[in-house]
Amino acid sequence: MIDLSLLTDGGVGWLDASGPASHLVLSTRIRLARNLTGHVFQGRNSETEREEILGSVEDAARESVLLSRATRFRLDRLDRLDRQLLHERHLVSKELAGLEPDGRVRSGASVLVQERIGVMLNEEDHLRIQGLHSGFALDETYAEVDRLDAELGQRLAFAFHPEFGYLTSCPTNVGTGLRASVLIHLPGLVLTKEINKVLHGLAQVGLTHRGLYGEGSEVVGQFFQLSNQTTLGSSERELLDHLGKMVRQVMDYEEQARQVLLRDAATVIEDKVWRAYGLLRYARSLSFEEAMNLLSPVRLGVGVGLIADVAMYTLNKLLIYTQPAHLAVAEGVAPDDADLPLRRARFVRKVLESEVGRRG
Amino acid sequence: MSCDQCREREAVIHLTQIVNDQVTTLHLCEKCAAEKGVDSPGAHAKTPLGTLIGAMGNPDQAPAPRSSDVCLRCGGTFQDFRESGRLGCPDCYRSFEAPLRDLLRRLHGSTHHLGERYAERVPAAAVVVDHEQAADLREQLRLAVETENFELAAELRDRLRVLE
Repeated sequence: MIDLSLLTDGGVGWLDASGPASHLVLSTRIRLARNLTGHVFQGRNSETEREEILGSVEDAARESVLLSRATRFRLDRLDRLDRQLLHERHLVSKELAGLEPDGRVRSGASVLVQERIGVMLNEEDHLRIQGLHSGFALDETYAEVDRLDAELGQRLAFAFHPEFGYLTSCPTNVGTGLRASVLIHLPGLVLTKEINKVLHGLAQVGLTHRGLYGEGSEVVGQFFQLSNQTTLGSSERELLDHLGKMVRQVMDYEEQARQVLLRDAATVIEDKVWRAYGLLRYARSLSFEEAMNLLSPVRLGVGVGLIADVAMYTLNKLLIYTQPAHLAVAEGVAPDDADLPLRRARFVRKVLESEVGRRG
Repeated sequence: MSCDQCREREAVIHLTQIVNDQVTTLHLCEKCAAEKGVDSPGAHAKTPLGTLIGAMGNPDQAPAPRSSDVCLRCGGTFQDFRESGRLGCPDCYRSFEAPLRDLLRRLHGSTHHLGERYAERVPAAAVVVDHEQAADLREQLRLAVETENFELAAELRDRLRVLE
């Protein structure tokens, strides 16, 4: 079993709800795709080559400031539960963790993590430099990721084309290699049925949306990851400013939708919020999906001030620790344990009970 | 605007196709678009590449392979890229420059990187990169001469000159 306490903040500093607008935005993630010259891309390379890449990036990381104390996880040497744990913590992609339905862990698949930044290695690209912050924090996250890119770039030879920019295995990432995503909770827009219009509008201005776990994941609990679609033809600054501007607009729409709901359908909303809270407080069996779908209205209730004695941080914690691998590890059982829904319900009850009266 | 197909429902999908340099635009409602196998804009966003590579002309009608259809560095072909959506190595961007430039324009609306420039950030590293590339080209040139592939050798010599 891996020891995530090795990470200074357990790798979950990003969910402490301390960042800007954290009642709407759970986290901000930015990644830069980079590849090394002198090596073919991941799809065509050999085990030996992936080991070489891992070795040279680790050497560069040791000499750097930002990753000098990084913890390394070799996914190809971890069992499935540990890999799932890292994925649930949003530290590695599903693909790198070999959790796709027909997926296997690639030899050399690794991740380096130090506080809020890190590098995925031997993913679709040789390096995926990544940063994850609490709340809506594009500038802070980019500043760190950019510094790490510069540090590693001084020690490694990145593949760069004078016209096309940073070269990536898939042409959808070429240029800046930058993908910034904001994980935002939009129950107001979902309940007022405005969400499709908003998502359609975002697609028109070059933004895309995904589910809670990024690429290829379903939207659950009314959480949406909004990110830039294109990576070429605009500077990093322009890409971030554009995304930031659009996210702020979506936040305004969400606040307006919440006001409309409270004005025109107050009793319906109150009932929905308290009914969900009641179920979480007293249910004896909860699937992860049900827990997510109940946490969403409770989060809305806390956001609009209907529920006073639950902290956003508590809800964020529940979001992470009720996931199958996290719960199984905490309870010391297998992730397919038949009693997991009962254990989940007990865990949620205990956490919510301990909050009662704390802030109200 | 009504749908070109059923002429009843409102057209919501405007499909521009370029096949053999002929541009055609179809205006379709969601239902007819689905029947024609065209996904809604949301679905496009998920797999823009598949649709776009598919639209880059019919592979059966593509001109006969030329030497530039294989990347000399990694041995990957443009057909491999069509199938997997992934390029083989950084040099593929040079080997398939023309079709890729076209694809990048469709994907990103541009082919020009306007962000951070690696060489300016890390001048020393850029020199290393050029050295490595030059060594690589010299090796390829030696092989081309050995195998008497003079057309390729001439191309490699030109690229080497540019680099040096």
